[in-house]
Formats: sequence, structure tokens, C-alpha cells
Amino acid sequence: MTSVLQALNRGLHAAFQDSRVYLLGEDVLDPYGGAFKVSQGLSTAYPERVWTSPVSEAGLAGVAAGMALRGLRPVVEIMFGDFSTLIADQMINSISKFGSMYGGAVQVPLVVRTPMGGRRGYGPTHSQTLEKLFLGVPGLRTLAANALSDPGELLRQAILEDDGPVFFIENKLLYLQPVLTAEDLQDFEMELHTPPGAYATTHTLRLKGAPAPALTLTAYGYMAELARQAQLRLAFEHEVFCELVVPTQLAPLAAGGALDAALAASLSKSGRLLAIEEGSYTLGWGAEVLARAAQALPGRLKTAARLAAADAPIPASRPLEEAALPDVEDILATAQKMV
Amino acid sequence: MPDQVGLYRQMYRIRRFEETVLDAFPKGLFYGTTHTYIGQEANAAGVLAHLGAQDIVFSNHRCHGHFIAYGGDLRALFAELMGKATGVCGGLGGSQHLHWRNFYSNGVLGSTAPIAVGTALAEKAKGNPAVAILFLGDGALGEGTVYESLNMASLWGAPILFVVENNHIAQTTPIELALAGDIAARFSAFGIPCQRLDSSDALEIHTLAGAELAALRAAPGPRALVLDTQRFGPHSKGDDTRDEATMAEIRTRRDPLALLAPALADAERAALEAEVEAEVAAAFGQAEADPFPEALP
Repeated sequence: MTSVLQALNRGLHAAFQDSRVYLLGEDVLDPYGGAFKVSQGLSTAYPERVWTSPVSEAGLAGVAAGMALRGLRPVVEIMFGDFSTLIADQMINSISKFGSMYGGAVQVPLVVRTPMGGRRGYGPTHSQTLEKLFLGVPGLRTLAANALSDPGELLRQAILEDDGPVFFIENKLLYLQPVLTAEDLQDFEMELHTPPGAYATTHTLRLKGAPAPALTLTAYGYMAELARQAQLRLAFEHEVFCELVVPTQLAPLAAGGALDAALAASLSKSGRLLAIEEGSYTLGWGAEVLARAAQALPGRLKTAARLAAADAPIPASRPLEEAALPDVEDILATAQKMV
Repeated sequence: MPDQVGLYRQMYRIRRFEETVLDAFPKGLFYGTTHTYIGQEANAAGVLAHLGAQDIVFSNHRCHGHFIAYGGDLRALFAELMGKATGVCGGLGGSQHLHWRNFYSNGVLGSTAPIAVGTALAEKAKGNPAVAILFLGDGALGEGTVYESLNMASLWGAPILFVVENNHIAQTTPIELALAGDIAARFSAFGIPCQRLDSSDALEIHTLAGAELAALRAAPGPRALVLDTQRFGPHSKGDDTRDEATMAEIRTRRDPLALLAPALADAERAALEAEVEAEVAAAFGQAEADPFPEALP
């Protein structure tokens, strides 16, 4: 078994074969290897290209931007996704803009990696899912790792094959999940949508031998794993058959049309859409997905709903945190009401 | 020995470019606003005279003077301010967002500090002896990211010269209301050697900047140069709140062109000025006739 964490670690090691790749972050040196251990072993293997930094996220993102402008391929590790607020200026006013505002003359090939998400009791400033703050930023690609295909390969491609900036979202609970094998997925048919020239894949999962879907679920990251569990239970316990569409690229949403195409294909059968995310409810990813689906399929979307975290800080207390975040039971309940 | 004629020519080019922009602004030829460099010309001319071809320059919102002293084209700069396709960045950047060769500017104060440090570290990592020069105003010293950058530059030995152009006023806020403590001490606190010069004399600035850059090339690691200066114009087009008597006194005492003029023979200076007048007028005329971009890239 390979965990998502191990896969990401392997992806980093693979990317470091290219001498332009550098890793910058807090506490990334061995033996610690980063707070979640994703960077473990890199500083031992490549001591000159792994820089442990002061607690200076904003400055660090800027330093990486400068390195990328001059032809290197830096990877920035932000210890908790919550601290991505500190790099927002660099991401929004510099990193994502240089490619276009300088007349197309420069590239900023850098990757900012960070874990997001709750369910660990870390409390309001270490449990958030904040990528929605960056999803509407032109010029910035946001990817979310999942366990359906090798997230390490996705990371390696983002580092070496993408000439623009990438915000790479990991999830704390996803780290310990196994990367799913064909055997793990033997109950499913999986369809992959990768637009020409792109590397981020959108997966569509349906249960083998299932009748036409009554509902389309869409989710990314760790919520995709919970949605997959819900999809199984809906089928076996409630005879509600769903298709699950899982994008790895969250933004730009329209690029290549993978999510749109996968959703349109599924929705043309089900006519019902449930978007599920761990970020807070209002003005989130799911709202955009629903709006796009409604626009693309006028008159054919019978019903649509969103499931997301409460519009509230994530509490530290376990029962309160569970109440704030969407889980499998919430998906089951919502899905059943929709069909 | 500094090239006095070259310095004067560079400063006069900047001056006439900026005056042309201010004069023409009411005609509606330019988009947005403009932050002119009038009064500070000696800094750009004196520091950038020592530039190597590989060196990197990072500038701020008040970037026209740095761009021109770097060797940037006047027509392309006028055209950029006019939003034309022939502009430095095809009209996408405008006055504050320039990039050409190893020159970059951005309009968010202080945000350039870590980026410039990153470029210096990248060139060092690649084994390139290039250095980076970052121009900051006193106003940018209120931004926290500048201090993160000084810390990392010092820790990691970035070959960068921080040049603070202290014109004593941030938009309309005098330095006394915005900046506590001492500017040079900010650098020394991070172990960064800092020189300070209160002058608008291009020769003095040229000499000191030359020594600093030579020291930086000899022993790569961050250094700082604080240049006390005065800007004669408004922050942007017409928002100066300083009183006329103060401005008259500053213009009399601190004009870098007037300070260097006696070093040139009258006839030589007159010929040079006529040449630059013609150059600026031609560049403006060409930019005015240039086409607009047709569509978003």
C-alpha cells in the first residue's frame, strides 16, 4: 500500500531529479522533514536545494517568485493551509499576474503546496479549507490531490511540466489514505477526462452494473473519498445510484472543460447535482459548479444542491467540529432528499 | 572618474520624459495615473551607471526614472503609459508594471523586496555573478514583508543592494508621521552593511554606489544604500499638499540637474539638452501615433 503522503513524497523526490527544483519551507529539514513529513528525505538527498526558512510565509512566497522568474522551479511548503492568507498578496498581485502583465514575456513556474482541512481538532486557525479564496484569481492554477490516481505524479507534473504558478492543495486526512488501486476500485467503473495538453484529470466513478444514475455527486480532495463511501452506501443500503465526478483541477474551472464535460455527461443522465466541499458554504466552489451546470444545461437540471462546512470558524471540540463539517451521513441525507 | 556628461544626459532624459508626461496628462493621452521621478534623477543615474549586463533591477511604482537609466526605450515607455501595443509590456502593465530584459517593477509597495531577493538567490544558485538592485521608497518601510526579506537576504547571503530612496514623504504623509526609528538601523539590525548619503549630487551618489556595488561583487551578500532625496512633483498627477515655499526651497537647493550643470561646458550642455529635447519629442510623437492593442492576449 502507498499512502497519499508517501506518493507525494515520492513525487517530490522524482521532481528533484531536475536540478532547477528547490524546496522552501518552515521546518523542512531532516530528520523532521516538514510538519506532515511530506518533505522527508529531501534535505538529506539534496541539501543545497532544500532551504529551511524563518516563519515568513509572505516573504517566502516572494522569494520563490523571484527564483521562478529567473528560471528555477521552486516548491514552497506552507505548513498549514490557514497560513495561505499570508501569501495572498504575492499570489494575487505578483505571482499570478507577472505572466500577463509583463506582456507575456515571463513565466513563474512555482508550486505552493499546503495541507488544508479539519477533523483533527486543531481549532479555528489550523483546520480551515481556504482554497476558495484563491479560486477566482486569474493566472493561478489550483489543484487538489485525491486518492483516485497517483497524487505524487500530479505533483511532479505541476512542478516540472507546468510553466505557470500552481496552488497545490493537500488534505490532512487524505495523507494517510491509501492511493487506490484497481483492486480497491473493483466495484467501480472509472472514466478519466484529461483535456488535450492538460495533466490534471477529472474522474467519473460509477458502480459496475448499476442502472442509470439518479444523481450526480461532485467533490474533490478528501471530500471525494467521503463521497465515494456515500456513493457505495446509497447504492447498497438505499438503492440510490449515483455517479461521482472528481476534479483534480479546481481553477481555472473552464480550462479544457474537463469538469464541465464530465458533469454534462453525467447530468444528461441524472439531471440532479449535489456539489460537496469542506470549505465554508457561502460563495464556495460548489456555488460556481452549480451555476455553470445550470448555464450549460438550460431546463435540464431538475434539482441541485450544495453541501459544505458551516459558515463559522471550525471549533476545536470534536462533536462541534463534526457538526461544522460535512460527512458521509450528511451526504446520505441530502442525496436521499434529492431523488 | 564618473562620466559627468553621461550622468547629465541620463538625468536630463528622465527629467524631460517626466515633464512631458505631466504636461500631456490633461490631454487625456495617458491611462491611470503617473508617479514622477522629478528631483530624484541623480539616484537612478548614479546607481545604475554601474550596472552589469546580467544584473537585475527591481523597481516600484515610481519606476520611469529607473527604467530610463537602465537603458529602457523612451518611445516604448510613453507607449506603455498610453496603453499602446508598442509599449514596454504591450500596454498591459501601464506606468507601474514594467518588465524589459532584467528590469522589473510592480505597484505594491514592499512586495518587490522578497521577489528581488529571490532573483538574487536564483542567480547565485545558478553560479551567475549577477547582482540584484532593489529600489524602495521610505513609504515601503512600513510593510512587514520588507523585514522578512531583509532577514532572509542576510541569512541566505543574497547578492542584492537595497537602495532606499528616502524622499521624506509617502504620498502626502511626511516621514515623521510614518516612520519610527532610524532607517539605516533597520538594515544593521539584520547584519546588512548600510551606507547613507544625503545628497542630490549625481557625482557623490555615483561614487558611493560604485563602491557599494564593487564591495557587493567582491563579497556577495546583501548591502544597503540609503539615499536621502527630495521629489519635486506630486505623488501622482496633482496631489501635492506641501506648501509652495517649501517646494521652492527644495527645488532651489536639491535640483540634481542644476548641481551637475557647472561640470559641463555651456555649449556642450546646450547641445546635449537640444539633442535630448528632440529625442523625447520624437519618442512621444511616435508613441502617440502607435496603435492600440486589438484584444486581450
